Amino acid sequence: MSDTLQGWTVVPQGDRGMLLVFGDQIDVDVGRRCAAAANALRKAAIQGVTDIVPTFNSVAVHYRPQASGANTAFSQLADEINRVLGPALHTQDAPSEGREIAVPVCYGGDFGPDLVDVAAHCKLDAAEVIRLHSHQAAYVFMLGFAPGAPYIGVHDKRLAIGRRSTPRTSVPAGSVAIANLQTMIYPNASPGGWHIIGATPSILFDPEKNPSTLLAAGDTVRFVPVSPDEFHALKQEKA
Amino acid sequence: MSVCVLKPGLLSSFQDLGRHGYQHLGVPVGGAMDSRAHRLANLLVGNHDDQATLEVTLSGPVLRFDAAACIAITGAMLSPTLNGKPAPNNRPLIVRQGDVLAFGARASGLRAYVAWHGGIDLPLVLSSRSTYLRGGFGGYKGRALQAGDVLPQRVPLDDGKLDSLAQELWSIKIYLPALLGLTPRAALRAMRGAHTSLFTDRSVDDFFASEYRISPQSERMGYRLQGTTLNLKSSAQLLSEATSFGSVQVPPDGKPIVLMADRQTTGGYAKIAHIASVDLPAIAQCMPGDSVRFTPIELEHARALDAQREATFEQLRQSLAPLRRLLS
Repeated sequence: MSDTLQGWTVVPQGDRGMLLVFGDQIDVDVGRRCAAAANALRKAAIQGVTDIVPTFNSVAVHYRPQASGANTAFSQLADEINRVLGPALHTQDAPSEGREIAVPVCYGGDFGPDLVDVAAHCKLDAAEVIRLHSHQAAYVFMLGFAPGAPYIGVHDKRLAIGRRSTPRTSVPAGSVAIANLQTMIYPNASPGGWHIIGATPSILFDPEKNPSTLLAAGDTVRFVPVSPDEFHALKQEKA
Repeated sequence: MSVCVLKPGLLSSFQDLGRHGYQHLGVPVGGAMDSRAHRLANLLVGNHDDQATLEVTLSGPVLRFDAAACIAITGAMLSPTLNGKPAPNNRPLIVRQGDVLAFGARASGLRAYVAWHGGIDLPLVLSSRSTYLRGGFGGYKGRALQAGDVLPQRVPLDDGKLDSLAQELWSIKIYLPALLGLTPRAALRAMRGAHTSLFTDRSVDDFFASEYRISPQSERMGYRLQGTTLNLKSSAQLLSEATSFGSVQVPPDGKPIVLMADRQTTGGYAKIAHIASVDLPAIAQCMPGDSVRFTPIELEHARALDAQREATFEQLRQSLAPLRRLLS
């Protein structure tokens, strides 16, 4: 375990939130530590804490003031969090609690209109882009942007490409898109600036279901290439 | 036992204290933009403060009550009328079958809240009755009200006792603490944050010294501000991290955006400051075109004010015990 993983800093974010910062870069080890910290804090059920939000390199703790004034002083809450995290993160050599989830993807064509451009940019053929994207499992750093929308990475360096210079005003639901060595899956139609290489028939977010999201921070995703026929069959099955 | 929407108003949606506990799934908190007015409305009709109220924006709806109800209107002064006669804000009101609530000209503020004793029967979606307009779920069918909607009222009032109930409610002294009222502020108090030092000293000074105008592109998700542009010392890319209600983020164009109730849960722009929670109702009641200023406040002071307001709510709740007894 590298030095950068040893500690964390606690910084206030307004008067009802704080950030625990575990690193300064996108790194799966840092991400796993954030997810582990978030899980430990969730289990500790600290009074007044409403939301615990892991991201790439930090965990946000949102809290509400209590009429009694209990636990809302920043320093008190920070102390309590540190008491929970100290032991929890020292035993985190234990296997991660994340699940491995297969996400079927139909690559290219109408499903992934940017696949050809991505291949050209990366000086690869389309089949190699698909292989690099799907041959090894990737980590879910966080959900954000929209309900159920995952940031997944870090992909093979040969897939390096930035965002589109002009974001699309509307990206179809289920679009699987890459940028900056990460994948985003758009749960619903929305504007989007990442390169769409495919689409999944899986449903990423359904507020009526429990759990409401397909993925959670700390999970591992394996993209499974499927044909258009398989895509449509799976889509019908899930509808 | 229902309420009929004759006209929907500009933007009327049910909101509660928000969808807490789901931000790690990317689900925005939402909830009342002015949570203070929302809670007040609930207290005035004897509800818990987690019951949904109708958030009414600028131009209010026209509602017909098909059953007797006890309601209260708080927040913005939008000249409400009952059967054409002026109705007061911040009082419990008894309405009878066939009564029509309408709104008129705006006198102050932007958002009014209407609470029903017992609430409107709305399903909990992810533990909340708040409408998330962008996501199309929660509240009444996941959307703003439309003409013809029929809102099911949960608790009936005894028709035989309405006159005496109205009289007794009217005789209850309601002392509304100033801390819970709608008082516009000359300057919104804001805390520095972890990113503040990423901005040039000049920009931090500008932020706290100059006047900003709320742009027309301002809604429940965020308020865009027009004024002095703010610059980072260097254009280093930040990693996405969680956001908060009242975070003031600055995209590369230098124009600040105040994140409001329907904000995304995470964001990658630098945040120059965070508005104190006690002042969020004040900005939530500002209209596009209004001017705002910011003044620095220390975290512990902001927290103490937040706790003080919480305690004031609790005192008001206790003082309204006679009202709850009448309605129960």
